[in-house]
Amino acid sequence: MKQLRTFLILPALMLSVLVLSGCERPPIEAVQHGYRGTAMDLIYNPRILAGQAANNAVPASNGPAPAEGPKAGAVYQNVKVLNNLSVGQFTSFMVAMTSWVAPEQGCAYCHNVNNFADDSLYTKGVARNMILMTQRVNTQWQDHVAQTGVTCYTCHRGNNIPQNVWFKDPVQKVGNGMLGNKNGQNTPVDSSGYASLPKNTFASYLLNNEKIRVNGETALPTGNKSSINATESTYGLMMHFSRSLGVNCTYCHNTRAIASWEESPPQKTKAWYAIRMAQDINNNYMVPITGLFPPHRLGPTGDVAKANCGTCHQGAYKPLYGVSMLSDYPFLTGPAKATQKPKDSPPPAKSVAMK
Amino acid sequence: MEYQNLFTQVQVVAPPHHGVSIDPYDERERFGEPKLYHLLGRLGNAQLGPIYLGRLGIASLFFGIIAFQIIGWNMLASVNWNPIQFVRQLFWLSLDPPLPKHGLSLFMPLNEGGWWMMAGFFLTVSILLWWGRMYRRAIALGMGTHIAWGFLAAIWLYLVLGFIRPIMMGSWSEAVPFGIFSHLDWTAAFSLRYGNLFYNPFHMLSIVFLYGSALLFAMHGATILAVSRFGGEREIEQIVDRGTASERAALFWRWTMGFNATMESIHRWAWWFAVLTPLVGGIGILLTGTVVDNWYLWAVKHHVAPSYPYVFGTPLPDPATSGFVPPAAPTYIGVKP
Repeated sequence: MKQLRTFLILPALMLSVLVLSGCERPPIEAVQHGYRGTAMDLIYNPRILAGQAANNAVPASNGPAPAEGPKAGAVYQNVKVLNNLSVGQFTSFMVAMTSWVAPEQGCAYCHNVNNFADDSLYTKGVARNMILMTQRVNTQWQDHVAQTGVTCYTCHRGNNIPQNVWFKDPVQKVGNGMLGNKNGQNTPVDSSGYASLPKNTFASYLLNNEKIRVNGETALPTGNKSSINATESTYGLMMHFSRSLGVNCTYCHNTRAIASWEESPPQKTKAWYAIRMAQDINNNYMVPITGLFPPHRLGPTGDVAKANCGTCHQGAYKPLYGVSMLSDYPFLTGPAKATQKPKDSPPPAKSVAMK
Repeated sequence: MEYQNLFTQVQVVAPPHHGVSIDPYDERERFGEPKLYHLLGRLGNAQLGPIYLGRLGIASLFFGIIAFQIIGWNMLASVNWNPIQFVRQLFWLSLDPPLPKHGLSLFMPLNEGGWWMMAGFFLTVSILLWWGRMYRRAIALGMGTHIAWGFLAAIWLYLVLGFIRPIMMGSWSEAVPFGIFSHLDWTAAFSLRYGNLFYNPFHMLSIVFLYGSALLFAMHGATILAVSRFGGEREIEQIVDRGTASERAALFWRWTMGFNATMESIHRWAWWFAVLTPLVGGIGILLTGTVVDNWYLWAVKHHVAPSYPYVFGTPLPDPATSGFVPPAAPTYIGVKP
């Protein structure tokens, strides 16, 4: 009996280590985020948050440059986007941009150092479009970014390419196409929270405008035909939200009625605009400049790098914990968008489930 | 201390025997000389064999192995025949039901659900044959058929999930995938799609019986272990001729909760709790999507779900109803690629 016990102790220990290896080490902090007693809590691990703090620190700034003086467009040649800036603003912004996007390569990353006006480097063309995109986000998408806004640093954080971008997955031919269809799921990846859920749902929802809502709006069936398949895709996208923001479901949802707007925290509305913003960025700023990029910057199917929630948020509930960098760069923003003339109807959804 | 045990402490060793004799036709299907294994004896009976498979058992294993092979080879193919990835990703791998576009069609490309249809068919045949085997073996031993009917309750839930409800919904894609995590994801997605299954009253009942089964099992197991020092584990003798063990066990519960089961009725309780778990659960699944589309709204309508104060200020309306129009496509300033 004693022999058997000692014989079993080692495998038992190894098994418990194996079982616990997938768990997150405590402590766990629960922050109330709803009416008491309803388990509406935000779950954080202070140790993990502390590890992320450095990545979310705002870089040092020299303060705003004077807006007075001759305009950059008049002094320098071939200035197409920022020509209304003062020379002081223009040069300080160029220096800041270099430290945000190409701290190692310096000016030469975008400019021909013998002739700064030269357009021969593709990175310069991309940068112009990205500045336009930043201004668009800060003026047209205040429903999502509010007055905090974004700068190049929000996504780039010292990298040439933001660390979190997405490409379309190549179609994987396995089993001669006869068996072993993964159907874009059943693979452990971070974007779906290591579930078996669909893992690359971005093309459906952040590029195309496929239907995300799967819940019926009436108690009894009245024609909502959303499939479990569609639900899993939505679920996969929501896991990406959760992973990108470092939050659990209750940050945006009252999970007893996940579809309800009346019961949900206001963050759900922010996220609704975020989905439209990502569609705008990808369709109007990234896809149109695909041709600018050399092949090695494109994805496995030749598509351009595109944005999702993680591109800006990078694991934080607000990028840079909600600190605005815009006061030093007022030319990146402007007045909120002018009132749009309403269209007659929203564009038709491409999902079969809608019909 | 001698009686405070979780494993069998004393194994009585006697020459193994074949048990009660069955009719000679069935007898020839039994094979293997019975042997005693000490480690088996720690958990249950030390005797292994003789084994009876019979025609139903062999047919059931045959079809079961076919289903197992279809699922396994599909999983292996999905990691491009890489055995290391097969082991690493095993919990994530899955054989998924047909795509929604195939509806209730019986024939579709193998890689879009055809394999799932075959695996499901063979697995169902295998399970039903195994049910027949359990029923027949009980009859052969002159027993009641309680075990077979209990098993049938589980088969009912299995058939509702993978066969009856998909047919009522008009799409095989509603069925459950074959996979470890994928069937759990299916479960979560199912609840999300139908507005929170916890508001489904049959789901509630099923949970009651499930947790109740665990509680009853724990109470019964603990009671019998606690009186095993008086011979309480010899239940059949205690039923016929109540001894001190049974009396004490009954008195204990009468003292602590004022009411007690009998040696026989405790098993009746356990059987009904166990059987009702999948029985009412299957009813709840069957009603979901077919009769009720959103269980939360159903619960609000019938005053099941309480209303809580909104703590975030004023609730924001659905932004899709706010007349939102996305900004127009931009004009690129001289840098149109």
